[in-house]
Amino acid sequence: MRNFDYIRPASLPEAVAAGQRPDTAYLAAGTNLVDLMKGGVTAPARIVDITRLPGLSSIETLPDGGTRIGALVRNSDLAHDPAFAKTYPMVAEALLAGASAQLRNAATVGGNLMQRTRCPFFTDAVSPCNKRAPGSGCAALGHATRIHAVQGWSEHCIATNPSDFCVPLAALDAVVEIAGPDGAREVPLTAFHNLPGDHPERETALRPAELITALRLPPEAAAFQGHARYLKVRDRTSYAFAVVSAAAALTLDGAKIGRARLAFGGLALKPWRVEAAEAALAGQAPSPEAYARAAALALDGAKPTGEANAFKIELARRVAVRALTLAAAGTPARIPALPASPFGIV
Amino acid sequence: MTIPLRLTLNGQAREIALDDPRVTLLDLLRERLGLTGAKKGCDRGQCGACTVLVDGRRINACLTLAVSLDGAEILTIEGLAEGDRLHPVQAAFIAHDGFQCGFCTPGQIMSAVGLIREGHAGTDPERIREGMSGNLCRCGAYAGILEAVQDAATQNEHREDAA
Repeated sequence: MRNFDYIRPASLPEAVAAGQRPDTAYLAAGTNLVDLMKGGVTAPARIVDITRLPGLSSIETLPDGGTRIGALVRNSDLAHDPAFAKTYPMVAEALLAGASAQLRNAATVGGNLMQRTRCPFFTDAVSPCNKRAPGSGCAALGHATRIHAVQGWSEHCIATNPSDFCVPLAALDAVVEIAGPDGAREVPLTAFHNLPGDHPERETALRPAELITALRLPPEAAAFQGHARYLKVRDRTSYAFAVVSAAAALTLDGAKIGRARLAFGGLALKPWRVEAAEAALAGQAPSPEAYARAAALALDGAKPTGEANAFKIELARRVAVRALTLAAAGTPARIPALPASPFGIV
Repeated sequence: MTIPLRLTLNGQAREIALDDPRVTLLDLLRERLGLTGAKKGCDRGQCGACTVLVDGRRINACLTLAVSLDGAEILTIEGLAEGDRLHPVQAAFIAHDGFQCGFCTPGQIMSAVGLIREGHAGTDPERIREGMSGNLCRCGAYAGILEAVQDAATQNEHREDAA
């Protein structure tokens, strides 16, 4: 690992000032950053440890009924906060479906948004990778695996975003609060992660020296609490990244669907929300046919990057139908023993 | 230049002059402080053999920079027993044959102590298995590990009822 200067600022302005020097990385728990530094995937000259910054570690209910989550709240603390889990059950279920208990105890919510792709050609530190070494090419093209993208990819990068947490957040219109040299601003979560296009190295909406201070869920997000599920298909039942996942949420007006939300993980370099599928569900009776129509719309335009991931398109349709079916049946009183798993599901 | 680091390690206040900011908590424990109970399995946060408690929470010591822990309380497997009296989780691992080669055992035990403190799994076998999924055992002693954790969790509930 390259040696680095370690800086521990006492305030947000000090952190931003330190972050403005080139070749600097912000450190929260480090569960992804330290791993990448060990592997030589990233090698910052300076580390700015933000874990002691005041005011970024609380979960607050806002006057308008929304919720603000400080960027340094730990994943496990958010998932197990009773009021949060009751109001946003699919977010809690997604958090508990990710990583291991040890990692969730350390990892922060801001860090979750900043985690890098698990594309093996990115993490091996030597293969051509336009994300890690712009202009070097994409070793994954022609060697696609089951974790590679079927939506939104380009000939320069076919990686996926590994986050579970971001999938229901995208579905619920979460907003990312940001601080930086030019002050505070905010970005919708759905616009926070970039698709690869011609510049896979430009991963997020963050500008130099900016950092995430909080996530906010708008008041409308609470309306889905009675009918919301996260479903995740993976190569083993626990402690594995999604091959395909879906967050599905509904409001029911009598015998009809009022509003619907649907987003996917594992398909693209960002959480893949499909508003056309949501619109197709509104006003319909909750039925397998309605879910199948929405699922077909959701995968519109999907294209595999190779034989190895072609199956994900049909898998994603089926995951969407199952997640919508589970959401319509109602949020379980307690998150199942195997969160988000198709096995032993409630 | 060294970086001063204050830790409470297994109940004892320690002042450490850290010579390198790259040192992980795991390397600090094993290579600099002589505490080799926490094991280096994968060194990438994938196996759980390095699990210790930091401020009462189980984490992977291999992914935590020691320098970031100034002021923290660390509990490792070496600090679990009281003299010759084993911690109930340690005793349960022996009673239920929760290991074979023993390499993953310190991490399994620290993870189980953390799991029981967290209090979300109770004695439900499925929730214990899920809660322990961050600890791999290549000998495949999972059946004994599950019984040990269930037993220790049950004893803990009885103690709480009695208190």
